Amino acid sequence: MKLTLNEEEQFLKDTAKNFAQERCPVTHFRSLRDSNDPQLWDKVVWDEMSKLGWPGILIPEEYGGSNFGISGISVILQECAKTLTPSPLFATGVIGAYSIANFGNESQKKEYLPKIVSGEMTTAFAIDESSHHNPADTEMTAEFRKDSVILNGKKIFVVDGASADLLIVLARTSGNKGETSGLTLFFVNSNSSGVEKIKLDMADSRNYANIVFSDVEINKEDILGDIETGGETSENILDIARIALSAEMLGNSEAAFETTLDYLKQRKQFGVLIGSFQALQHRAAQMFCELELTKSSVMAAMRAADENSNELQRLSSLAKTVAGETLHLVSNEAVQMHGGIGVTDEYDIGFFLKRGRVAEQIYGGIKFHTERYANLSGF
Amino acid sequence: MSNLNKFREETKKWLDENCPPSMRSGADPSIPVDEVWGGRKASYKNPESKLWLERMGTKGWTMPTVSKEYGGGGLSKDEVKILNEEMFFIGAKQPLLSFGIWMLAPVLLEYGTETQKKEHIPKIIKGEIRWCQGYSEPGSGSDLASLATKAEDVGDSFMVNGQKVWTSYADKADWIFALVRTGPKEPKHDGISFLLIDMETKGVSTKPITLISGKSPFCETFFDNVEVPKSNLIGELNAGWTIAKKLLQHERAFISNFGLAAGMGSKRDIVSIAKKHLGEDAGRIGNSFFRSEIASHKIKEHAFGLTLKRAGDEGSKASATASMFKLYGTEHNKKRHELMVAASGVDGIAWDGDEFDKEDKDLTRAWLRTKGNSLEGGSSEVQLNVISKRVLGLPTQ
Repeated sequence: MKLTLNEEEQFLKDTAKNFAQERCPVTHFRSLRDSNDPQLWDKVVWDEMSKLGWPGILIPEEYGGSNFGISGISVILQECAKTLTPSPLFATGVIGAYSIANFGNESQKKEYLPKIVSGEMTTAFAIDESSHHNPADTEMTAEFRKDSVILNGKKIFVVDGASADLLIVLARTSGNKGETSGLTLFFVNSNSSGVEKIKLDMADSRNYANIVFSDVEINKEDILGDIETGGETSENILDIARIALSAEMLGNSEAAFETTLDYLKQRKQFGVLIGSFQALQHRAAQMFCELELTKSSVMAAMRAADENSNELQRLSSLAKTVAGETLHLVSNEAVQMHGGIGVTDEYDIGFFLKRGRVAEQIYGGIKFHTERYANLSGF
Repeated sequence: MSNLNKFREETKKWLDENCPPSMRSGADPSIPVDEVWGGRKASYKNPESKLWLERMGTKGWTMPTVSKEYGGGGLSKDEVKILNEEMFFIGAKQPLLSFGIWMLAPVLLEYGTETQKKEHIPKIIKGEIRWCQGYSEPGSGSDLASLATKAEDVGDSFMVNGQKVWTSYADKADWIFALVRTGPKEPKHDGISFLLIDMETKGVSTKPITLISGKSPFCETFFDNVEVPKSNLIGELNAGWTIAKKLLQHERAFISNFGLAAGMGSKRDIVSIAKKHLGEDAGRIGNSFFRSEIASHKIKEHAFGLTLKRAGDEGSKASATASMFKLYGTEHNKKRHELMVAASGVDGIAWDGDEFDKEDKDLTRAWLRTKGNSLEGGSSEVQLNVISKRVLGLPTQ
């Protein structure tokens, strides 16, 4: 497991950097936030990303993808996060693509993967049911009829849920709340009758929804993976998602830190640059170190995902914890070190704080992953 | 590739024939294990410690990358990797602990003359000469460049007068590498030279310092009209500060590695200590508050370990980030010891006597010893200054 980028990955990273900086600077996110667009991402930008091949990075070549791996898509998300670029790349290009490419059957792959590659179909992963991430607590039911399955329940905080075409839904086919067994994953067309999407306004102004399923009827064939293996399958999908999200959070932290460092070198008080004050210097140095630890953690987790290492789960929780703690620290310090302008809406730095806290909650916060790390480590 | 395979076969065979049984993992625990530092005054409880050092030293494998003309192993990076792997597979003990290897030899290779390299490096590699470091002084700690030990030009030699402090194992060392003031009128950084001094020279004396842990790994070292040949000057006169800084980077990288290695070794495992003193609940540490704090800490150490690995993979050696490694290696080591002491309860603050287990009493001493980690080799605050200025480019006032 080598903790450096290879040439292909570096190329993807450079391309993404240029794209984000030139095509989607933070003003792009700001204008989406201020628009009345409920989708909160830009179809034109998404089409351009699709032309660059990004939604197909986790998809095998036979379905039109490039198969560049988790590391490839993670470095793209990291760069896009530096300018807070909103897009379906995470929910569709990572979660949708990975789920279907790895657990879908041949006909599902043929039907869905080319549409993901071209950018014409977006997906969302409907997993949580309460304010604290815990897939075992799934209560949503899936009841088998003769030729169909009937879904009932409510999913909350579904990333891209307000706009996705295809939902991947975790539901209980047996057992009780709290058990990881008895769970199955289903495909649900988001326009099916009985599906009600309630758009959420979250602090980071991105696309989320609560989704109510009332007697939603789907085909028996619309199962992802095997019946009653949804607990294990979703855990694997979630680990991949957490790693990609950690890369995104690393990008958020890097940008907030760089902006703050620039400010320390420009802003004068008492006739000197505030960056010359040791009280601020030591805190900046501390952030630099935490960022270095985060880079290594994310890199190791990316590699574990691509190499299908038996350390994948532990490194995923490690990366999500470290990225969460670092973003927490850096976004708080960034606001504080900017002084008064740091708490104004006009200035961009507050966006990183808001995005940071929401990203921290997605698929398990710091406490969730610290405990999971301990469980997996045998103490 | 085939050359490397051949090297692996040869190395495996050599280690098999030459690494004594008690120098490998799984050795009889009743055989004493020496901490081997070499030098003229070395003594060995286990004769195989000496044998292992001699064999590895003769091969030059205590510094495998150094070229053979200086007594090194002359191995390529790939070969060193193989050597390390093969040593790891049989659990071979490091044959020699040495400030010469970790600190002095790298700067001698960079700044020494041909004669100096040929004189000193082979003896470092063979463990024949034990070195100590003469940097800090009573009045010059973090502000090291204010050092006052003076070396006056008296013709063919320097006359050295002054005092060093925190010289590790000075009482056991044969030679000292010291920073001395040769330019009293120059600005403070521009009047320092890097000088090698034989500890047996007339006028050199040492006195151990007892630490809060009760141990005395450090000394005060006094120089009273000590005559040192001019040929012992490394680099140019008054250009010692550059060498001193370079050496500090090697030292910092070493201290952080050492702290981490100590923590990851089986000697003191925070989880088993916590389970011993707090009990277990279905394999989990019996107290959830401690468990959570230990988990957070282990995650930080894991992330730091990965960062050391990444630096290795990137090939960045002694760079400005050495300060980060020194800072985190030592702060994590301190934190881990605090957690182990807290998890041990009353047993974790045991000092002496038969009422306590030896491992608990040792932990108390070890915990107190870690307090020096973030001071020696440049305090944590100094490391933060270095990162702010050299890595982040923040302005000075």
